[in-house]
Amino acid sequence: MIGNALMQALRAIRRNVLRSFLTILGIVIGVAAVIIMVTLGGGATVQVTQQIASLGSNLLMVRPGQRLGPGLRSPAAAFTIRDVEAMRKQLPGLAAVAPTASKGVTLVYGNTNYSSTVSGTENAFFTVRNWTLAAGREFTPAELRGGSAVCIVGDTVRRELFGGQQPLGAKIRIDKVSCDVIGLLEPKGQTSMGTDQDDLVVMPLRAFWRRIAGNQDVNFIQVSARQGVDTQRVKRDIELLMRERRHISRTQDDDFTVLDMKEIAKTLSGATQVLTALLSAVAAVSLLVGGIGIMNIMLVSVTERTREIGIRLAIGALERDVLLQFLVEAVVLSSLGGIVGIVLAIAVSIGAASALRLPFIFNGGIVALAFFFSAAVGVVFGYFPARKAARLDPIDALRYE
Amino acid sequence: MSSLASTDDTPAVELRGVTKVYGSGEAAVAALCGVDLRIATGEFVAMMGPSGSGKSTCMNILGCLDTPSDGSYRFRGVDAGALSRGERALLRRHYLGFVFQGFNLLARTSALENVELPLIYRGMPVAERRARARQALHDVGLDGRETHTPAELSGGQQQRVAIARAIVADPTLLLADEPTGNLDSARSREIMELMTALNRERGLTVVMVTHEPDMAAYASRVVHFLDGQVDVDEANHRLPS
Repeated sequence: MIGNALMQALRAIRRNVLRSFLTILGIVIGVAAVIIMVTLGGGATVQVTQQIASLGSNLLMVRPGQRLGPGLRSPAAAFTIRDVEAMRKQLPGLAAVAPTASKGVTLVYGNTNYSSTVSGTENAFFTVRNWTLAAGREFTPAELRGGSAVCIVGDTVRRELFGGQQPLGAKIRIDKVSCDVIGLLEPKGQTSMGTDQDDLVVMPLRAFWRRIAGNQDVNFIQVSARQGVDTQRVKRDIELLMRERRHISRTQDDDFTVLDMKEIAKTLSGATQVLTALLSAVAAVSLLVGGIGIMNIMLVSVTERTREIGIRLAIGALERDVLLQFLVEAVVLSSLGGIVGIVLAIAVSIGAASALRLPFIFNGGIVALAFFFSAAVGVVFGYFPARKAARLDPIDALRYE
Repeated sequence: MSSLASTDDTPAVELRGVTKVYGSGEAAVAALCGVDLRIATGEFVAMMGPSGSGKSTCMNILGCLDTPSDGSYRFRGVDAGALSRGERALLRRHYLGFVFQGFNLLARTSALENVELPLIYRGMPVAERRARARQALHDVGLDGRETHTPAELSGGQQQRVAIARAIVADPTLLLADEPTGNLDSARSREIMELMTALNRERGLTVVMVTHEPDMAAYASRVVHFLDGQVDVDEANHRLPS
């Protein structure tokens, strides 16, 4: 009986192609909107997570001062190299500790100028940040101890300063210091916050202190926790150690911050997910509106086809035959809308993902859910018109003009 | 429904004291007041009468589309007036064929699909359904018109499709409500000849409502209605030449 109802529904839809298309348009847009939102939102979440993971696995950043707002930090004394040594000795949960000091500088090569940031650090920096060299080598122990004027450049610096030329072995000027380029970092791209990670020059910490900064401050310490060690626990250990070393009394707040990148990743992807959910909810409303559109057209259709219903009832259709016919028609229409919406959504998602440079991640779950929902919309909004059709009096229906 | 076997002496339909009242209280209108009518299997009955005389109401009751307010209607011995809406639908499905004045075919639907419709509700398999629908179209002389939609057919052809639809399921009673009302006289005669042939060759009981004495002349019996009652009920001897 369902098979016959299905065939009849398809015939009815085929009899009025344009109207059928306009009827399902609401569902098409609703389904497409939901899937596009969820797919792009999912891509954004994955991208944020990937980017933060690319900063370095199990990375924690220790900075002096407390964050007060965007770009605002409470003033506090910098760390010293002894803080770093204490961390290395006393905290067994750490895999690597990289003291870092940075300064904005002007780089000069030949007659090309470029403003960038130079960081003094140690080889641990590369481990902690999960960064490999595209060419050249890391610093030797002798260079680190002696503070030699050598540097490793990021990919943006290479492009801006050298263009197509070979940077290895070249001499560049960092402020007033002449420096040999010994290595080139693998490009990492932008962070999700839009900062270019490749826009930097790295040199030995001692060289930075002596030749660029003129002091022995450590501006921040980057730490990576050992695999399998809880980063939250490592964070607490660092806080306790630093409070002790910086003589902070119990009543005082920390005058430094420990940022756990995993936590930030969680927060950011959480925020993206909430946004996705909100947008999807708005899109889902349009699915509801689409359902009302189907009900509207089905009601018009029942009125228009009153005579047809009269004929069917006269030649022996039962109430449930007519009910089923119109219900199946509504479900077929809405499911058709769902299918067209899914195809449209996948096409648009692929296009939009590449335009927004987001990864396209096919979400089978939401596609199935959207399809199921569109069919359900047909059942819910098709029932009332179908019941109206089934309850018609055959005599009145046959007489209807 | 197969238990509805009739013996020779059971009339095809039998109305006894049938009254039909529309509305209630002071607004009540009696469309039929105490109609007695027996139609035997194989008869061809024409029902005539002025508008409002009750012949259409009588037709609706005979077609199990409506139920009497009072009195009894027996269809092949079964009290159809006491059946539920669904049971009456099943009775129509298996025993009745309808032909209407306005043809009442499904628009934008091929002749074959129109004729198939009653068989669909009988749950017949597609191949058998197609074959029987083709045969019915052949029987009414519409070979080669299977794929035409009503808009592509003339009035006479449309009424033939309607007749094919009415007989495709082998009903025992064919009810025709002014079948020639929308046709010119030549087409009308063709339709009447077709109905007469069905009546004679298949023994199909035919009840037809008509305004036109020329059409009523094809019937073997003419029943005149007046003011909700049977006025004259006579055998027809002036068959058309």
